[in-house]
Amino acid sequence: MSEPVSPARAAWLSRARRRRRLVLLLQIGLLVFFFAGWELCARAGFIDAFIFSSPSRMWKTFTGLLASGELFIHVGVSVGETVVGFLLGTALGVAVATLLWWSDFLSRVLDPYLVVLNALPKTALGPIFIVWMGAGGGAIITMTLAISLIVTVLDMYSGFRETDRDKIRLLRTLGARRRQIFTKLVLPASLPTMANALRVNVGLSWVGVIMGEFLVSRRGLGYLIVYGSQVFKMDLVMTTVLILAAAAALMYLGVLWLEKALKKYMGVTV
Amino acid sequence: MIVELAGVKLTYQSPDGEVPALAGIDLVIDAGEFISVVGPSGCGKSTLLNIIAGLETPDSGTVSVGGRPLHGPSRTVGYMPQKDGLFPWRSIWGNVTLGLEIAGENTPERQETVRQLLSRYGLADFASKSPAELSGGMRQRCALIRTLACGPELLLLDEAFSALDYQTRLAVSADIYSIIRREKKTAILVTHDISEAVSLSDRIVLLTRRPAQIKKIYSLEELRGIPPLERRDHPAFRAFFNAIWKELDVHV
Repeated sequence: MSEPVSPARAAWLSRARRRRRLVLLLQIGLLVFFFAGWELCARAGFIDAFIFSSPSRMWKTFTGLLASGELFIHVGVSVGETVVGFLLGTALGVAVATLLWWSDFLSRVLDPYLVVLNALPKTALGPIFIVWMGAGGGAIITMTLAISLIVTVLDMYSGFRETDRDKIRLLRTLGARRRQIFTKLVLPASLPTMANALRVNVGLSWVGVIMGEFLVSRRGLGYLIVYGSQVFKMDLVMTTVLILAAAAALMYLGVLWLEKALKKYMGVTV
Repeated sequence: MIVELAGVKLTYQSPDGEVPALAGIDLVIDAGEFISVVGPSGCGKSTLLNIIAGLETPDSGTVSVGGRPLHGPSRTVGYMPQKDGLFPWRSIWGNVTLGLEIAGENTPERQETVRQLLSRYGLADFASKSPAELSGGMRQRCALIRTLACGPELLLLDEAFSALDYQTRLAVSADIYSIIRREKKTAILVTHDISEAVSLSDRIVLLTRRPAQIKKIYSLEELRGIPPLERRDHPAFRAFFNAIWKELDVHV
């Protein structure tokens, strides 16, 4: 990159760089301002630290959880349930969508059921799962599945159907069977849709897991939040919410990275 | 004679009623001929092509290719879609051997034939590249080689150049034409572009409005053997263009 740079280009580059720096600065500044303000208000007595907690109290709670090793248990349980939930939700969703693509007849038969199930707020099913499966990880993962499955089925199915008709025609003239059309064209062409479904499902699975843990669990971040609020340990509640935000964001970033790698591999430029 | 259509009729059934697409088509195409099919838009050109490709079955009438009646897709008939239809996640090599892979004949001998095709048409160095790295014209060549790899006698070109811009279209159609001639294949091109049809074809089949029948067949005797780009300067070019334009009776 040792090419000579025109003055206009240099000016544009430095403007762009300044702008990027300013954005980053403000992003960090907002965070600092928020927590510093919170801490100051709590210390000055403008807000009740017992109810609103404060960053310093949260830090103490955090190091406590860290030292006792509890943090890893709760984060591990929740992350584990979420990962299992969203992988299972995606896999089953793709499988069902494949069946629907395979049989147009089946997809017509199931259409109203999918519409109703999609419209139903799945959290209403939580208590049913608990009665059926007992208060434990099984019910929580089922809850997660219920939330992400239908969306995945609908997204993947419409992704499958959007496959270029000309290419399907081409494969048919080459003598391809339905199975070959699916594995050689429809599925690879839908990988970006699948990555997208994965991304949506991470968020949905967290909803399912936290919801499930609210209802039944003795472990996990959802449990910590409910427990903390019941015994009025707002420090614990606030700390857990922050940890949850970090865990969810990290997982989302991971899937985003996966999606990018996938698109690059697929030669799809988006 | 390689292709014979006799009394080919097809009516589509839909909830809104019957849509007659083809009202009896009779056509004989000789080996090595380049035929274009033109007609008003929506007249059933693509339906005709689909039937010859074995993708649709006519209600009545027969289609035979190479003397054998057609039942479903056949390896003697190759199809080239409107856009190049290359799979972006496959390398050029993966694309041009797609047909062999599907037929379960990805053998060293067949691969050698494909390799020869690639090098004959200047694509050998691009085998491991991805389609996105190639120009539109080269992609079209790859699409043709993918079709040729399966060893068809008859090529069906479905608006094969219409996705390209005008300049590229002229160059690519001339290029594809010369490859088809060199490989001594029979070709049927469906197009809405009269000048493209006149510049490439030995004969032009003009269809009527739907339900389609053959309105007229033009034999371009004066232009035979002249390369596509030079035809456009030939006096007979205008004459054929105008005659077909008049018959097409295009209304805005």
